[in-house]
Amino acid sequence: MPLVPEIDYGTPASRSEKMVTLTIDGNEITVPEGTSIMRASMEAGIQVPKLCATDMVDAFGSCRLCLVEIEGRNGTPASCTTPVAPGLVVHTQTGRLKDIRKGVMELYISDHPLDCLTCAANGDCELQDMAGAVGLRDVRYGYEGDNHVKARSNGEANARWMPKDESNPYFTYDPSKCIVCSRCVRACEEVQGTFALTIEGRGFDSRVSPGMHEHFLESECVSCGACVQACPTATLTEKSVIEIGQPEHSVVTTCAYCGVGCSFKAEMRGEELVRMVPWKDGQANRGHSCVKGRFAYGYSSHRERILNPMIREKISDPWREVTWEEAYAHVASEFRRIQYQYGRDSIGGITSSRCTNEETFLVQKLIRAGFGNNNVDTCARVCHSPTGYGLGQAFGTSAGTQNFDSVEFTDVVIVIGANPTDAHPVFGSRLKKRLRQGAKLIVIDPRRTELVSSPHIKASYHLPLKPGTNVAVVTALAHVIVTEGLFDEAFIRERCDWSEFEDWASFVAEPRHSPEETEAFTGVPAEALRGAARLFATGGNGSIYYGLGVTEHSQGSTTVMAIANLAMATGNIGRPGVGVNPLRGQNNVQGSCDMGSFPHELPGYRHISDDATRDIFEKLWGVKLNNEPGLRIPNMLDAAVEGTFKGIYIQGEDILQSDPDTKHVSAGLAAMECVVVQDLFLNETANYAHVFLPGSTFLEKDGTFTNAERRINRVRRVMTPKNGYADWEVTQNLAKAMGLDWNYTHPSEIMDEIAATTPSFAMVSYDYLDKVGSVQWPCNEKNPLGSPIMHINGFVRGKGKFIRTEYVATDEKTGARFPLLLTTGRILSQYNVGAQTRRTDNVIWHEEDRLEIHPHDAENRGIREGDWVRLSSRAGETTLRALITDRVAPGVVYTTFHHPTTQANVITTDFSDWATNCPEYKVTAVQISPSNGPSDWQVEYDELARRSRRIKGKLEAAE
Amino acid sequence: MSEGNKIVRMANQIATFFHSQPASEGPNGVATHINKFWEPRMRRQLFDLVDNHGGEGLDSLVLEAVPLIRRPPPAEVPPAQAAAPAAP
Repeated sequence: MPLVPEIDYGTPASRSEKMVTLTIDGNEITVPEGTSIMRASMEAGIQVPKLCATDMVDAFGSCRLCLVEIEGRNGTPASCTTPVAPGLVVHTQTGRLKDIRKGVMELYISDHPLDCLTCAANGDCELQDMAGAVGLRDVRYGYEGDNHVKARSNGEANARWMPKDESNPYFTYDPSKCIVCSRCVRACEEVQGTFALTIEGRGFDSRVSPGMHEHFLESECVSCGACVQACPTATLTEKSVIEIGQPEHSVVTTCAYCGVGCSFKAEMRGEELVRMVPWKDGQANRGHSCVKGRFAYGYSSHRERILNPMIREKISDPWREVTWEEAYAHVASEFRRIQYQYGRDSIGGITSSRCTNEETFLVQKLIRAGFGNNNVDTCARVCHSPTGYGLGQAFGTSAGTQNFDSVEFTDVVIVIGANPTDAHPVFGSRLKKRLRQGAKLIVIDPRRTELVSSPHIKASYHLPLKPGTNVAVVTALAHVIVTEGLFDEAFIRERCDWSEFEDWASFVAEPRHSPEETEAFTGVPAEALRGAARLFATGGNGSIYYGLGVTEHSQGSTTVMAIANLAMATGNIGRPGVGVNPLRGQNNVQGSCDMGSFPHELPGYRHISDDATRDIFEKLWGVKLNNEPGLRIPNMLDAAVEGTFKGIYIQGEDILQSDPDTKHVSAGLAAMECVVVQDLFLNETANYAHVFLPGSTFLEKDGTFTNAERRINRVRRVMTPKNGYADWEVTQNLAKAMGLDWNYTHPSEIMDEIAATTPSFAMVSYDYLDKVGSVQWPCNEKNPLGSPIMHINGFVRGKGKFIRTEYVATDEKTGARFPLLLTTGRILSQYNVGAQTRRTDNVIWHEEDRLEIHPHDAENRGIREGDWVRLSSRAGETTLRALITDRVAPGVVYTTFHHPTTQANVITTDFSDWATNCPEYKVTAVQISPSNGPSDWQVEYDELARRSRRIKGKLEAAE
Repeated sequence: MSEGNKIVRMANQIATFFHSQPASEGPNGVATHINKFWEPRMRRQLFDLVDNHGGEGLDSLVLEAVPLIRRPPPAEVPPAQAAAPAAP
């Protein structure tokens, strides 16, 4: 198996549709206008020597190696910065060019160490390649004079030399190997958009500098890896490459972190992962990555991974390692006993948004066909279930309308309740790139997120609303658009039901929805809101991107409908650059929803009461399916507390940490008689488990993930599962133990079953994905290449539906006891409950959750930066350290929830979205006071967690 | 908060949404929503509230919707209890 080949064309592709024909070295070639001569040459198969050019960034023209001669033109222009023109006759190799290139290379090498044999880039060094390409045989200049190479020259310290910067946990910066090609600086600017790097000094003093001559770790660097990838030498090198050496084969796979779903090459040496490198052909990420996908994979070999199945009778007992057979038999007999004793509906399960489509499909199949009920749910319940409901009502399908490429064509962007530069970093970078090109931005968020103002990014409007007032704000935007006549009548008449629009328009036009009226309780100044509405309605292609700040409210579904209304009213659906785009939290949360993880839906969003749909599965599975909806996660926990729900199979989900109102979750789990947890680590939920089944990582199995743009991406196995089995095999073996006759030998067979039963997946197969790379569903006879953009000539449901969106204040109100509003979010370096990222070097950036509090609120309470504070709500209390910042408004506090010791969800309440029971994480009334240390709950919980991680015959786990 | 109250709160939240919709959609909207998303034991609790406790605390729109809500079959008797000898 070789390395996956990737061609570097030197400069980015041109989008022009006008074609130009020219001759390069006697070959006639036709390319789009605006293409560089360098790129045109490469397309003709001729590699012009280059150092400072790479096709991830714009041409720069500094290395003077890519010179060419053009007939009829003077001099030797750089092929990277010279565009093609009709009829040009170009020569890439002449006597004159050879001499110049050799001279340039000689100068480069004269200030570069000659330690090639022991250099980490040996085998992957463009400088070495170019020395070879130009035939460099001799360097006439020694190191005696000025140089950056030697620590000491002529017995004295060399002031130009700088030691290696090893501060970043994942890569090193060795200034002595730098050729100042600026590729890293440009990658940081153009691809990542952080502007952390620069070239300091002039002439021979020039060198790469993170921030103001700082170490990488102390600079603004976000460790996305774009600079490392761009570096042509060993100046910026992954520490894993330094340690292991160059990879010998690579496999394209999909990141298992957020819902962007970046494609990576897993570069391997044998079964050892050398590094993850973003794949340029990846349609979601286009060759970019973030610190998590690029570097934070170390959890897969972390010492705390559990590799053997374990059982215990009571949750107060230590764990006992058992064989897989014993574990399966135990679960099967317990589940059957519980069903015999308490009824068929007394057990259920949770599918994982971190596992593959195939694994998720099997878990819901086990529950529907094996347990004989529909008590299956997934973590989308607590994140994007309102998206499914709201978009289903408005458009007829439960997913985002665009691909990520669409952002390149947008003119005005609304980002509401999302913080993409932290939570969906690669999309955040793609958005920032478009904003730097001139697109306008409106941010609706209680916090001043990075997008509101950061280098070369400034939102035209930031509407800092009070948490919980989304519906009022979005409806007020609609009010302005309707009352000022800014709606797109032609679009609405053609695509939507006009009488429904009229009803809705008269509703939003009521004076009580005007920004002047809503300002009193949303806190958003009316003038700013009017300005934002006008900009969105009149600024060209308008797109809306949103996250959990929209859905995780008691009116989450209503806000999603309000967003859909806004997109339809302005005609922003059905073409590139527009649309409604939910940013999905987990890698496969879209897929887990598609695969029938909800208790009321079979795969493909078909209601369980639909006889024809049930019939398809009943015939194939040979069972009778229950036609009643099952319990959702919060309902399961309620039923457990009531005593009618007694057993649960949880694959790859940590409900104790991630779900709201921890005390209610733990009471529900404690009331069950058989809790089965399948995970990589003894997670928090496992504190209440009776059976633990070890899970496998995305590196250890085949399958598919579906990202936020409905893209079905292959996950490919690059190493043997450390626990012995991929998760789909574990579920299959469990199903067999329960008497089901399953015989899948490869996940591709599961996908074939999905395709055979689910119309939107009809054309999907592993062979097809291998051929086309990836597809976006629906992928069927009507859309054989998938559907990058939905609702192009009409909505899936027929006519788009305008729905009245009345603002209803949440019951969670501030008052004398709890005067502040708590809202929650993510940080770049950590992911979700942190089970993975906390077990990597990413903790260097975020070792604890902090409470962000406005200086005024802090001063009133006598709280200083770094102080321990007690955070209490009517649900519970916890303690954490304060971070004083005006990023949050007075009256609002904010925290992340990546660390189990923080117990942020002890605070959140059991209030939830009216339509879907999605919890209201984003609004909790709280009080804050100085504190001396952990709350009683934290102390008790720590003790419980410690006790429940005891394994017979093993030392206690360190965590 | 007791589970009965939770059912009331959830039902009333749904009713609150449909109060703002065109009047013709009201009861039907509430009933369709509950039929589509509520597991039988949740609907049983709702009917118990209506049948035996006068629908106490329920929004008027929920009460209007009740006739349109599918009445679930009685709770399944677990095989263990069915097998046990009947009480004298």
